[in-house]
Amino acid sequence: MQIFKRCIFIGLIMFRIQNFVSALIFLFAISANASTVSDSIPSHEEHAAPNQELKSVSFRDEIKEDIKHHLQDSHDFTLFHSKVDGSGFSIPLPVILIDNGLHVFMSSRFHHGESVAESKGNYYALYHNKVYKTDAEGTIQYDEHHHPTNAKPLDFSLTKSVVTIILASLLMLWMFTSLAKSYKKNNGIATGFGRFLEPLVLFVRDEIAIPNIGEKHYKRYMSYLLTIFFFIWLLNLLGLTPLGVNVTGNIAITFSLAILTYLITTFTAKKDYWKHIFWMPGVPIPMKVILAPIELLGTIIKPFSLMIRLYANMTAGHVVLMSILGLIFIFKSWVGGPLSFGLAFALSLLELLVAALQAYIFTMLSALYFGMAVEEHEHHHEEAHTEHH
Amino acid sequence: MEKLINDFSYGLFFWQLILFVGLIFVLKKFAWKPILNAVNEREEGIKNALAEAENARKEMQNLTADNERILKEARNEREELLKDARSIREGMIETAKGEAQNEAEKMINKAKESIESEKLAAIADLKKQVAELSIGIAEKLMKDQLASKDAQVKLIDNMLKDVKLN
Repeated sequence: MQIFKRCIFIGLIMFRIQNFVSALIFLFAISANASTVSDSIPSHEEHAAPNQELKSVSFRDEIKEDIKHHLQDSHDFTLFHSKVDGSGFSIPLPVILIDNGLHVFMSSRFHHGESVAESKGNYYALYHNKVYKTDAEGTIQYDEHHHPTNAKPLDFSLTKSVVTIILASLLMLWMFTSLAKSYKKNNGIATGFGRFLEPLVLFVRDEIAIPNIGEKHYKRYMSYLLTIFFFIWLLNLLGLTPLGVNVTGNIAITFSLAILTYLITTFTAKKDYWKHIFWMPGVPIPMKVILAPIELLGTIIKPFSLMIRLYANMTAGHVVLMSILGLIFIFKSWVGGPLSFGLAFALSLLELLVAALQAYIFTMLSALYFGMAVEEHEHHHEEAHTEHH
Repeated sequence: MEKLINDFSYGLFFWQLILFVGLIFVLKKFAWKPILNAVNEREEGIKNALAEAENARKEMQNLTADNERILKEARNEREELLKDARSIREGMIETAKGEAQNEAEKMINKAKESIESEKLAAIADLKKQVAELSIGIAEKLMKDQLASKDAQVKLIDNMLKDVKLN
């Protein structure tokens, strides 16, 4: 367990470095892009010359578009496709819309956003992976910021992310029920893959739940903490596979996870927790009045930070990794290509660590908040310490 | 921020919430509870086994101590017994010796007494016989020699001399 802790410590440092590097590369990529775009357009008009530059600009735009596309949810599960002839392999997924009744049809009707889908007399079109209600021709009106002004139906489609969540859930179910069964079969000792999973379960219990929540109350939260830890970790790891899914880098996902942590904290909190929010003991009365709104805001900021942290880290990781991979096609040289590849490889390894680290941090902080909710205060100073993290 | 809110997908949020909460409950029933129970049981088992081993060790220690104590006691007892036996034996020998001596002395005394008495009886008998013999001799002699008075006196004198010598 000591080694685990050390790993996490090193991981945290690496993670800071990685964040810094990501931010730098990201900024660099954006500024470089912007400058070349602004430079190239007039030059293109003046002399219709440098074909090379034009090509590289379009490449950059294409890569940018690809990254944006990758970060978004999608209505079909595309494994690969070619931009040249449009061939590829993608699995159409069901689209479920609520727009004066239920509309259910397969996403293949959109033909990857190229055609308008008709359902019960309504017409829908895809624009940037979002479903808009259109007329029969699929016209999309834009406002001055180039945002579509068409109506958006309530979209409950089983998108790529939903399918990935279902797959991950089934995978988790299979992994952990087989671990549970192996205990029964083998007289209380895990077998096979369970030998790898068991220390992780124990890690969540002994290093996350018990130290943060306490021996007395931790059992109530174990199911949630274990599920959230493995769920985030598994989805983070799936995000690194060539499947190209980006579930934990989606704000709706991290929002739902954070709101669960918030709800559990709020509804399992003891009297002491509320007392410390609304009428902080041990400080003068004017301070109590000032502290109450701050503390109340704090209860919302805590899960909010959970949401943003996971979202931002996973998004940043995906953006940087894809940008570096994109550099291969921009450099197109014997030096740049391998360099990008090496960098992408190193970053992938780092992302592997970040995947586990983010799952750990989310679970750890959730446990910390639960711990605060059920803490019986004999010692006010300790809470102040933990707040600083 | 505005982009984030614009891009927020209610559908995905809805599915994620339902699927995730469902996953928590299903895993709780079929995985987490059995796993944690099994692990707890195992840990308790290990703890108990260790405690039992410790107890057994202590008991063993006690037993060895007991054994040693008993052995020591037995040894002491044996020594005591031996000592007793030795002293008894010595006493017995002593008394036997004393008794034997007494008996022997008694016997010797008796023997002495009987010898004395036998001797006395023998002497008396001898005396009697000698007297009878002497009387017989005397009678014979007297018959032959004591025809004269002188011879009689001489004889008596001689005889008296002899008697004194005796």
